[in-house]
Amino acid sequence: MNFLPLWRYQNQLIDGAIVTLELTVISAFAGLVIGIAGAVALKGRITSLRWLVRGYIELFRNTPSLIQIFIVFFVLPNFGLKLPAFEAAAVALSLYFGAYSVEIIRAGLDSIPRSQVEAGQCLGLSGWQVFRHIILPPALRNAYPAVTSQFVLLLLGTSLASQVATDELFHVAGFIESRTYRSFEVYAVICTVYFAMAMSFKALFTVIGLAAFRWPRRR
Amino acid sequence: MRSFSLIDFVSLFAALRWTVALVVLALAFGAPLALGLALGRISRFASLRWAMAACIQVIQSVPLLGLLFFFYFGMPVFLGIQVPALIAVTVAYTLYTAAFLGEIWRGGLEAVKQAQWEAGACLGLSAWQQFRHIIAPQALRLSLPPTVGFLVQLIKGTSLASILGFVELARAGQVVSAATFQPLLTYALVAAIYFALCLPLTLWSRSLEARLDGSR
Repeated sequence: MNFLPLWRYQNQLIDGAIVTLELTVISAFAGLVIGIAGAVALKGRITSLRWLVRGYIELFRNTPSLIQIFIVFFVLPNFGLKLPAFEAAAVALSLYFGAYSVEIIRAGLDSIPRSQVEAGQCLGLSGWQVFRHIILPPALRNAYPAVTSQFVLLLLGTSLASQVATDELFHVAGFIESRTYRSFEVYAVICTVYFAMAMSFKALFTVIGLAAFRWPRRR
Repeated sequence: MRSFSLIDFVSLFAALRWTVALVVLALAFGAPLALGLALGRISRFASLRWAMAACIQVIQSVPLLGLLFFFYFGMPVFLGIQVPALIAVTVAYTLYTAAFLGEIWRGGLEAVKQAQWEAGACLGLSAWQQFRHIIAPQALRLSLPPTVGFLVQLIKGTSLASILGFVELARAGQVVSAATFQPLLTYALVAAIYFALCLPLTLWSRSLEARLDGSR
């Protein structure tokens, strides 16, 4: 075991970690937008749209993320849409994260008892006011733990983007490995970096959760 | 380059046996370990609880792909001998399964009220008897839906073994796609097979959840 040859590649590692974070944040943001839109559509009255969203969720939740990345990267060019690796991975991961987000956000909205909405209406609140003051705060609090743990899974899942040569952390590992031949050491370091990033996010989310929702609450 | 033929179709289905084999191996070794982790997490000894929690945190905070590479290249380093790739991959999937199932089952165990343990103790049952006859049946019912849900994650997760050269479904897809230059057809077919494997489990998990909720 010899970690010394890896020392001179620290800049590549940092760059890779930054690309990983970019990919995670972009996919999470786009995925959440999809999730909110999808949850609203699931709650809406248009039956065909509801079926469309249902189909999307089942399709993306029941096939491997790796295959989804392959399809976006290798198949879309057949239709004249050639995306660079980073963009292709971001699209695939956004759709993957989006499929889970829809369910999480819908469950958050569903967790509010109907009687509370009616209570708000009795007080003469408008539809928007009911949503803003009665549904949204507890729905956010209930959905928050699931969204954050899904975010961490997304962070770890971005490693799959390496398979279409996105220059994120895991792909950097392959590059360093090919230069140094220290395979085990490289992946040990990479795993540590992912671990550090995941733990930092978990800590950050806990602090935010405590500040914003007094979460986790004692039973 | 050749056209997509029946042979390609058959080779995709033939590769399924590796997907199934990896899932079975992961469950066979991972499930007992998960039970140990779950019991450790609710044990009386704080140090054991902390140790188990730390193990689970570490494994859950590393990408599955990272675990696979770590053990693929690490096993020879740890053991000092070359081991077949299958063993390294099995270790990685086992730990992955143990960490996630362990947390799911701990949740199930903790959801059973403390008073149930005490009621068992009042009846003069030993700790093992309390667990075996009172807690485990209830916890099993509660954790069955997420356990089935995790099975879907595991099936999807075996696609990563393709990166280490295992010719399971995803790898067979890459091979066929490269040979036929038909990525659209091939990957659509691969996705469809995964979908056909996973969707029944997802639906089963959901119906179990609904049934449990209704009986509460």
